[in-house]
Amino acid sequence: MKTAVIQFPGSNCDLDVLHILKDILHVEADLIWHRDFEGSDYAAAVLPGGFSYGDYLRAGIIAAHSPAVRHIKEMAREGKLIIGICNGFQILIESGLLPGALLRNQGTSFICKWVKIRLETSQTPFTKNIQKGTILNIPIAHAEGRYVNEPEGIKELRENNQVVFRYVNDHGDLTEDGNPNGSMDSIAGICNLDRNILGLMPHPERASEPILSPFLDSDGLKILSTLTQT
Amino acid sequence: MTVTETIKVNLTPRELEEARRRLGREPNQTELGMIDIMWSEHCSYKSSRQILRKLPKSGRRVVVGPGYDSGVVDIGDGDVIAFKIESHNHPSAIEPYNGAATGIGGIIRDILCMNCRPIALLDSLRFGNLESSHSRWLFQNVVKGIADYGNCTGIPTVAGEVEFDESFETNCLVNVACVGVGKAENLTLGRMDRPGDIIVLVGGATGRDGIHGVTFASRTIHEESELDRPAVQIGNPFTKKVVVEATLEALRASKVTAVKDLGGGGLTCALSEMSSKGGTGVEINLEEIHVREQGMTPYELLLSESQERMLFTVTPEGQEEVLRVFQKWEIPYSIIGKVTDTGLLVAKYHGRVVANITSRLLTNSPLAQRISRRPKTKHVKKVLRRPVPQNLSDIIYRLLSQPDIASKELVYRQYDHEVGVRTVLKPGDADAAVLRIIGADKAIAVKVDCNSSYCHLNPYDGHAAAVAEGARNVAATGAEPIAVTDCCNFGNPENSEVYWQFKEAISGIAYMLNGLKIPCVGGNVSFYNEDERTGRAVKPTTTIVTLGLIEKLSHITSMALKKAGESIILVGKTFPELGGSQYYRLINLNGGRLPHPVASKERASIRTVIEAIRSGYITATHDCSKGGLAVSLAEMAIKGDLGLTFDLGAVPHASTMRIDEILFSESSARFILTTPQARASKLLSLARKRGVPAAKIGEVTESNYRITTNRKELVECSVERMREVWRGAIPKLMEMA
Repeated sequence: MKTAVIQFPGSNCDLDVLHILKDILHVEADLIWHRDFEGSDYAAAVLPGGFSYGDYLRAGIIAAHSPAVRHIKEMAREGKLIIGICNGFQILIESGLLPGALLRNQGTSFICKWVKIRLETSQTPFTKNIQKGTILNIPIAHAEGRYVNEPEGIKELRENNQVVFRYVNDHGDLTEDGNPNGSMDSIAGICNLDRNILGLMPHPERASEPILSPFLDSDGLKILSTLTQT
Repeated sequence: MTVTETIKVNLTPRELEEARRRLGREPNQTELGMIDIMWSEHCSYKSSRQILRKLPKSGRRVVVGPGYDSGVVDIGDGDVIAFKIESHNHPSAIEPYNGAATGIGGIIRDILCMNCRPIALLDSLRFGNLESSHSRWLFQNVVKGIADYGNCTGIPTVAGEVEFDESFETNCLVNVACVGVGKAENLTLGRMDRPGDIIVLVGGATGRDGIHGVTFASRTIHEESELDRPAVQIGNPFTKKVVVEATLEALRASKVTAVKDLGGGGLTCALSEMSSKGGTGVEINLEEIHVREQGMTPYELLLSESQERMLFTVTPEGQEEVLRVFQKWEIPYSIIGKVTDTGLLVAKYHGRVVANITSRLLTNSPLAQRISRRPKTKHVKKVLRRPVPQNLSDIIYRLLSQPDIASKELVYRQYDHEVGVRTVLKPGDADAAVLRIIGADKAIAVKVDCNSSYCHLNPYDGHAAAVAEGARNVAATGAEPIAVTDCCNFGNPENSEVYWQFKEAISGIAYMLNGLKIPCVGGNVSFYNEDERTGRAVKPTTTIVTLGLIEKLSHITSMALKKAGESIILVGKTFPELGGSQYYRLINLNGGRLPHPVASKERASIRTVIEAIRSGYITATHDCSKGGLAVSLAEMAIKGDLGLTFDLGAVPHASTMRIDEILFSESSARFILTTPQARASKLLSLARKRGVPAAKIGEVTESNYRITTNRKELVECSVERMREVWRGAIPKLMEMA
């Protein structure tokens, strides 16, 4: 079965994700216009980064109300894999598929930077091949990526082991200077209770080929390659 | 009463007379507005065309040269690169956020018109000193405008330059370049060749914004310029992104015969240029245009510069297929007319002819007769008389915190420089950005350069140096420089001294391009960058975008020091050339002898470096420019988080030079390279073979930056502290209340 890369007007990273899936991982994948998307045709779906609908009103909110996201919800109910990257994460949050909110970065500016994230759980289909505690090199590029939630919500995420990635410093520690956007609990990515929906702000597709990495590695591939095993 | 008395035009009496003569009658009000726009400096290049002819524009890689929306260069295997730079100085000086943003919008369309996918943006910015709150306001908002717009379009901003100088206090310079990639066989030219084709206006609705934006840009900035704010267009990056994707998709249908962006001069400019290039005419119905304001007059419809609009010509058979693409992307469009064989631009409004004028009359303005005169004030070739500073490490720290040298991280962190998964060498990594060509074992390097202080002291040498620096910058990453495009920013060309600067600048550029055998495939000219109150013009500044080709991905080289123990080799000779240097600026010394670039020396140094890199034993490269040897080495140490030690006695230099001159001279044709110790002699013999002075001047160490002279310790700096001052300087200035 194939993986869908969903294209909204304003999607930016659609072609990048498609390139990694098809040319690097040799997965069957389609770039699919949001209006033409039917969940039944696919085993997995990627909501790529960008500025869907120009981020009008609030990042991700317009796409969250599109028919395409209704299909995403259906796929999720069927247990299929969904990844939302950056704007895709924002869409998953706005559509209620993942809890919390993504607000303007602390410091308010857009930040494009390679950061380090730590894997907090191997118990998701997307991270089953990575050892817990592994530090990944990966870039972020966003203005609205500060994860926030009610204290109760953060507690639930922790208790249910839903925090998948946290920002860390160069030594792998949770520190203020390792947290680029001021996210609560240094959260960089989370999953749903059923563990088949992953949302993350960093861009694994930009860290999937050694030539593009300042560290000459391809840590993003460790996440995206799980889509080959669907 | 004639119409010429009813509307205000900027045409000179001589130009008006010429227009009447060519038309054979009195133009009506609409036609007069069209002629006024098309014969403005901005659209017609009437002061610059005759001078720009001096630039070399041919070469084996040139596919499309000057005169089209962008230049196009062949990079092998059927792949082509389109690139172009444009100024958005006047709008940015009045309304920095939207002014800069729309500058990006325009340049993206220029690439798109050739059927190339935009893959990179570069920005070259100049502001007054950051001690001024006005300059900080301009700087902050221009950068934010570029970030917000560029990021949303999904095109990475990969490189640029920023200079600060009081001459840009009122008139900041905002030059934006775009690079695109495509296939030679799919190129389109903005030319209407086929009578009968349908003309479709696509994108944003037409409003009254930007009317006479180009005539505004063809004037100096004066007290009432604030009132010109309505002449600054408002951009919409989301619409732009959608237009980009829809245009590329429509072009894939190959039923589109030509595309052109609507920029300065609006519909009038696009229609007349496309038809006059193709030797055709057009007939359009203005009431068909989708508008966002009611009651617009034909004059306004023809001259509006509303953003995010493109003009397509489509074969009648292909019309339906192409329109379906616009429907899919939900982009508004209107079919506004057709291509004819008459050579006339005929505009109708509800059936009534409102303009009927030969396309070529509009696009072929009379040349302006400009007088050029060398300024009387001579820059004194000063000799440095004050003693060598006691504390040289302090000078080095202070140079690293000079805004022109200091890290521009504050700027490039705000730009998405990764999107597109092509950016191999990112901002700050090297002398140029490097983007790979996906699916091939090759990459391109791009950089934009100019040193306005040099150009002010000597426009000929200064501009020749800008070309040389661009070529060195791409060469340092392992690329062969293959083409340039330029953006001229000058004061009022009616001022004979400004016109002299312009002529000298172009001669200097032509000299270096010819010497390096690099063609110029396009350009942009911005005059009237002058404050009317003070009569002060900007320092003459022609920014040069250099495109380089890297034949193998393994050749890509960055500037960071890689490993302790490696040898540091300096290529090129150092002369006492500190005029316009950062050191003189720091110690408040004006004038002086500036670097004198010699094409043959540049060529020899560049060839040496490229050959060495291709041989595979070069681990880091950096061109030696602003701040001289001392600063360039410091930058390599900071980037690599390693130390180094070098001996001044080993530096190949002219006789009788002072220590500070050797350290801080900005002589041209120099590079710093590192290589494993065992390969140092190989590199030196390669240089010798090419007649290039070169020497091993030191080696990479674990920590600390040390300079010795004849084995005596001269300077010791902490790399950590150097990084702190270098990174912190601009944020600190921006935090000033």
